Amino acid sequence: MQDKIISAQNVEFHYTNEFEEDAPVKQVLKGVSLDIKKGEFTAVLGHNGSGKSTIAKHMNAVLLPCGGKVYVEGIDTADEERIFDIRQRVGMVFQNPDNQIVATIVEEDVAFALENLGVPPDEMRKRVDDALKSVGMYEYREHSPHQLSGGQKQRVAIAGIIAMRPDCIVLDEPTAMLDPKGRSEVLKTIRQLNRDFGVTIVLITHYMDEAAQADRIVVMDNGVILMDDVPREVFANVELMKKIGLDVPQVTELMYLLEESGLPTDTHIIDEEECTEALLKILKATPHN
Amino acid sequence: MLKDITIGQYFPGNSVVHRLDPRFKIIITGVLIAMLFSADSFIGLGVGVIFLLISFLLSQIPFKLMLKSLKPIVPIILFTSVLNIFFLEGVTIFKLGFLKITVEGLRTSAFMIIRIIALIMGSSLLTYTTSPITLTDAIERLLSPLKKIKLPVHELAMMMTIALRFIPTLIEETDKIMSAQKARGADMESGSLLQRAKALTPILIPLFVSAFRRAEELALAMECRCYQGGDGRTRLRQLHSSGADYFALGLSIVFFDLVLLLNCLMG
Repeated sequence: MQDKIISAQNVEFHYTNEFEEDAPVKQVLKGVSLDIKKGEFTAVLGHNGSGKSTIAKHMNAVLLPCGGKVYVEGIDTADEERIFDIRQRVGMVFQNPDNQIVATIVEEDVAFALENLGVPPDEMRKRVDDALKSVGMYEYREHSPHQLSGGQKQRVAIAGIIAMRPDCIVLDEPTAMLDPKGRSEVLKTIRQLNRDFGVTIVLITHYMDEAAQADRIVVMDNGVILMDDVPREVFANVELMKKIGLDVPQVTELMYLLEESGLPTDTHIIDEEECTEALLKILKATPHN
Repeated sequence: MLKDITIGQYFPGNSVVHRLDPRFKIIITGVLIAMLFSADSFIGLGVGVIFLLISFLLSQIPFKLMLKSLKPIVPIILFTSVLNIFFLEGVTIFKLGFLKITVEGLRTSAFMIIRIIALIMGSSLLTYTTSPITLTDAIERLLSPLKKIKLPVHELAMMMTIALRFIPTLIEETDKIMSAQKARGADMESGSLLQRAKALTPILIPLFVSAFRRAEELALAMECRCYQGGDGRTRLRQLHSSGADYFALGLSIVFFDLVLLLNCLMG
């Protein structure tokens, strides 16, 4: 079994300005190397313009690197002949659910990719039903997309990708346009897919609480990878995170402020329960007066 | 106001009419239209209307919904009937200045009203009982012989599907932009026709910009789902014609013949 699903090696990318030839070239990616392992749930964090969406688009050959290489299960993304092999292995979900639903009926939209791939109708039926069940939208299969909420639409979009049975799904800020309820629905679906079906997930986001649920966080800033570690270690660097315009989870920030004011705490805390325990410990250690 | 547009509004159901093969439904609708246009007496028209009513009752579409589809054509109905009532020569019943109402005028306008309403109801019945995507699918297959003369049939069907898909989205967006512009003090309800047309600019420009952005994102999403044109595509829904389809088509042709027969007898 191949361990690495996606391997980006020293990827460089810049957009070319077609209208002004001698316009200054803005380097979006300045040599990014990143391996995504099978079954892993990786979050890519970064501020606007950090290059996080750009690297995501390299993962299924939507963009091709200007320098360096990207391999998907050993296939070079620059190999045009195999572009559909790549896109079948690495599915992509975008920010706006409205702009990625093609059909006017939920189940027909989920079937879209399979129709394109020429899957026989009987097998297609089964795959569509499975995909809809795995995102919890099976009861809505005959609805039309505009009757659904944002979170539901995004889950349909995810089902449309799942139906291809990809090994990996790249989600480019899938919750940015959703309300809190929709966000938690989508995130729950993503985690379930990762845990129960072993789908490799790359989640591009700027929400800290979403990133905190991943196995690994890659922090990008200004076209380079700044940190690449488990959430606990990444968020412990409160000052660095703030410097590049990112936040840390509230509990981590609280711990950080307490530590700054001289109390013995641990900034490696990322969830509420740990935080409560740590606070209790401090309170007990402080003499009452 | 924008919510009234019923194009592509599918009413999900499982009636006999819903289950008919969409290809047959399109042809039958064509036969119905031919029936309504060829009828030249009230009895002939009545036969067409009976056929329509049978299909309507079988389809289990709520009557209210049907009425809604007629709303946009009320001005057209009024216009044609007024023209017919006042400007047809014949036996005068009532006269006021240069306006006169004739028996023939009343007859013709009643005839026209029934015909127009039946036409709209017939075509609405098709769109109410057939999901837009099945409809385009059926059109794609009915037109597929034309691929031989290099007509891009699949591309046309795809365009129709996407257009239908984005109608509600763009309507919603227009509503939103209108509210946003109103909040900024835009006045769209008063002034002359020209002024009102000009007032639409701040709505149309953002709408176009966003439509282009949507198109770009949609194209990207389609590519990511391996879209590569019509070759080698399979479909989730297979179209199968059954006995019921041939029966319905046969029935429509019988009714059509009846109309033609009545025309001969009455003429």
